[in-house]
Amino acid sequence: MTDFAFNYISAALPEIFLAVSILVLLMVGVFTPKEYAARSVAGLSVVTLAITFIFMLVEHQTFKIGFAFPYGTGPDGQPVGHFYIADWFAFYAKSLVLLASATAIVLAEDTLKKIKLHKFEFYVLVLIASLGMMLMTSAAHLITLYMGLELMSFSLYVLASFWRDNSKSSEAGLKYFVLGSLASGILLFGLSYIYGIVGDLSFAAIDSSIATIHQGGEHVLPLTVALVMVITAMAFKLSAVPFHMWTPDVYEGSPTPVTAFMSAGPKIAAFALLMRLLIEPFAALAADWTQVIIALSILTMAVGAYMAIVQQNLKRLLAYSSIGHVGFMLVGLVGGTIQGVHAVLMYLTIYGIMTMGAFGMLMLLRRKDVYLETIDDIAGLSEKAPAYAFMLLVLFFSIAGIPPLAGFFAKFYVFGAAVAAGYTWLAIVAVVLSVVSAFYVLRVIRAMYFDKGLNKPIDMNAPMPMRMAVVAAVLFVVGFIFFMQPIDAISYKAAESLFVSASL
Amino acid sequence: METIGLSHYLILAAALFSIGVMGIFLNRKNIILVLMCIELMLLAVNINLVAFSSFAGDLAGQIFSFFILTVAAAEISIGLAIVTVLFRNRGSIEIEDSNLMKG
Repeated sequence: MTDFAFNYISAALPEIFLAVSILVLLMVGVFTPKEYAARSVAGLSVVTLAITFIFMLVEHQTFKIGFAFPYGTGPDGQPVGHFYIADWFAFYAKSLVLLASATAIVLAEDTLKKIKLHKFEFYVLVLIASLGMMLMTSAAHLITLYMGLELMSFSLYVLASFWRDNSKSSEAGLKYFVLGSLASGILLFGLSYIYGIVGDLSFAAIDSSIATIHQGGEHVLPLTVALVMVITAMAFKLSAVPFHMWTPDVYEGSPTPVTAFMSAGPKIAAFALLMRLLIEPFAALAADWTQVIIALSILTMAVGAYMAIVQQNLKRLLAYSSIGHVGFMLVGLVGGTIQGVHAVLMYLTIYGIMTMGAFGMLMLLRRKDVYLETIDDIAGLSEKAPAYAFMLLVLFFSIAGIPPLAGFFAKFYVFGAAVAAGYTWLAIVAVVLSVVSAFYVLRVIRAMYFDKGLNKPIDMNAPMPMRMAVVAAVLFVVGFIFFMQPIDAISYKAAESLFVSASL
Repeated sequence: METIGLSHYLILAAALFSIGVMGIFLNRKNIILVLMCIELMLLAVNINLVAFSSFAGDLAGQIFSFFILTVAAAEISIGLAIVTVLFRNRGSIEIEDSNLMKG
């Protein structure tokens, strides 16, 4: 009996460990003297993330696809119905999430100190958000999905308004909160209709029930409404146009360490959840959701590219750029093929590292007590800080998708998947819009290399781990061709496993 | 006398949900009202779930609605905390005053 219980918990062991560690870290933060609290919690939280990753590795040695928390027994006495699934897809997405959180913590420490915001709660909240993201990527039941999503969102609302004496930060938190809650309300309403039609909350039951309805040739209107509501809510979380209104404001208002975290982790988790939803429970409705995804992707790419051109603030510019990237990723989702999921996973990997690097650069660039935040601020950067200017140049070229940098391969995979799925015209639209998006990148680079700026020195005293993290991102972007093989192989395995678990 | 069926509950829930959504978009004055509208949306979902659950004779929906109730409480407390911080910084919780960032 005990053996049985352990077998059905072990698939969720990394999350259980992380949850317990969060509580312990909270205690550590409260009971250590104030001047050490933040620093020790920062170090311990990176260690926690590393140990969580080791748990994941060990778990995947023993299971191919593991389920956790059964809530019933089938006719043969075997446990059925699961809240939780741990497959290679979840493993890959979770590794990216853990990497993003660890990087965010490393990048954050120095900046938080300089804006006098170094509190241990920051790290605890980042860990709670990571736990939520891990739950999202592994959800096999609507309750798990909802709890994971809200655990992530709530921590992010608090993080966005973390800078308590800054009115921009509280305004960002408020906007994020209101629109995020609206999105989760819409999501829940859609889920309640699905429950009404299917009579069960687990992904497997939804899948088989929808497939039966679909084979009967029946057109159930509430099901379509529910599908659209769920996709709408996910589009809110991903900041896909037309549900992107909050993104630029929240990115600009939040403290930069929070923005860096927000631009990578939640996007990865939300995309993983969206892919699982579309491939597993909603597989039978592919013809319906493909249209929605096509419309979303074209709008998102266009708005992302054109609105970024007029931005002055670099954080806003990167916000629109990340909106544009979400559009490109949605192109890969069209058709719901293994190749498409693989392409999106590759894109998420590259995008996550690229965008963390870019925000890391924004945290490195400061002059006296002021962070360089607008395009005018970085004018003439190449003369005063040539190394920083070059790193920013590489990262921005990669964002534009210029070969042989990583960003090019990300787009290459996605467009290839769209063509293979028979949507050549969509790939052509995407290529045209990616040319448009090169324009705002060139504007930033022109400012750095050809404009004259203020003749004040740039601070060069950032701590070593932070600089190492940004340099690592730059090296990854430059040398992506050399790492491509293993990443490609693992993410393909992950994409395949999503389709295997869909048929279980 | 007509008996109350599933569709009555669904219409009630849909109406409450729409009032909640419209309230968020149309209300131009106070943020507290926005919080109430969010709560209204979540409660409409609960009515849906409980109605479906009771008519289908399946408990999962009612369990889900308990989860939603708990999460809604956490959600509103975070919302109120953010409103408090905003009030301390700006001295006002009118929606029209939250306009530092645009574009």
